[in-house]
Amino acid sequence: MHDYFRAWAVVALLGLVGVAFVVAVMGANRLLSPSRPTHEKLLTYECGVDPVGEGWAQMHVRYYVFAYLYVVFAVDAVYLFPWATVFAAPGFGTVTLVEMALFVGFIAVGLLYAWRRGVLRWV
Amino acid sequence: MTDLPTPSVGPLQRVAPRPLRLVLNWGRRYSLWVFNFGLACCAIEFIASSMARHDFIRLGVIPFAPGPRQADLMVVSGTVTDKMAPAIRRLYEQMPEPKYVISFGACSNSGGPYWDSYCVTKGVDQVVPVDVYVPGCPPRPEALLQGILALQDKIAAEDLGRRYRPRPLPVAALQRPLVAAPDAGTTAGGGG
Repeated sequence: MHDYFRAWAVVALLGLVGVAFVVAVMGANRLLSPSRPTHEKLLTYECGVDPVGEGWAQMHVRYYVFAYLYVVFAVDAVYLFPWATVFAAPGFGTVTLVEMALFVGFIAVGLLYAWRRGVLRWV
Repeated sequence: MTDLPTPSVGPLQRVAPRPLRLVLNWGRRYSLWVFNFGLACCAIEFIASSMARHDFIRLGVIPFAPGPRQADLMVVSGTVTDKMAPAIRRLYEQMPEPKYVISFGACSNSGGPYWDSYCVTKGVDQVVPVDVYVPGCPPRPEALLQGILALQDKIAAEDLGRRYRPRPLPVAALQRPLVAAPDAGTTAGGGG
């Protein structure tokens, strides 16, 4: 039981240190920083011009093919980079190479589809 | 119109003795997150100053501020047009205090070669207060380094308690909130 409380005391101490840190930093800010609010400073947007329209916007569904192409290359990269660091290591070898070739070939079908749809042409 | 709180400065900053002020100013002068307002060819020289050869990061100028609210220093480099001037003013307003402005190059100093153009602002100091002017057309990156050193000397000698003592807003500051866009349905046939 004693050990139980001692283990949690560390957590409580960490919490206290966290609270003390936030209080110290925010307090130092309150003690030191100048404050000069203006209407322009209190605006939400920081692009320099008046916002036009609303935040809600929808993309046309026909752009799905570009999102799809992105996924093709992103998934490629996600698996190729870690694979490239280990495939020459002992215990991997030909089987690993063939596996990756299969995977890239599978992904390439998606690219082939995009090419057949004609979306790889520049405008 | 909602009333804004009076400008103020933290009490410790106001009563800070000279040694403490030295430390605070020392911290501020070597941590200038810079907001690059690149408007024309001078911005290329600014970029050159941030790159490996001239490298103003060794002076504590950090060119990675994601926006005005994270920046301490605005470097206006290039031709300020009358169309751009309100945006510069607003983004300057949105920077947190204390903030500084370096006007980089002849155009932002005074309009430069376009001094008689119908649409060029005759110097960015017509819309925001400028701390350091860097002359040249365009100035070399070394000139910007010199300007940064001059600004750091200015910060070292600064008394924030005095600079931000409570006083009314300057007359140039926007005194009332922005006017909302009128509803399209109600203005039809209104005219004015």
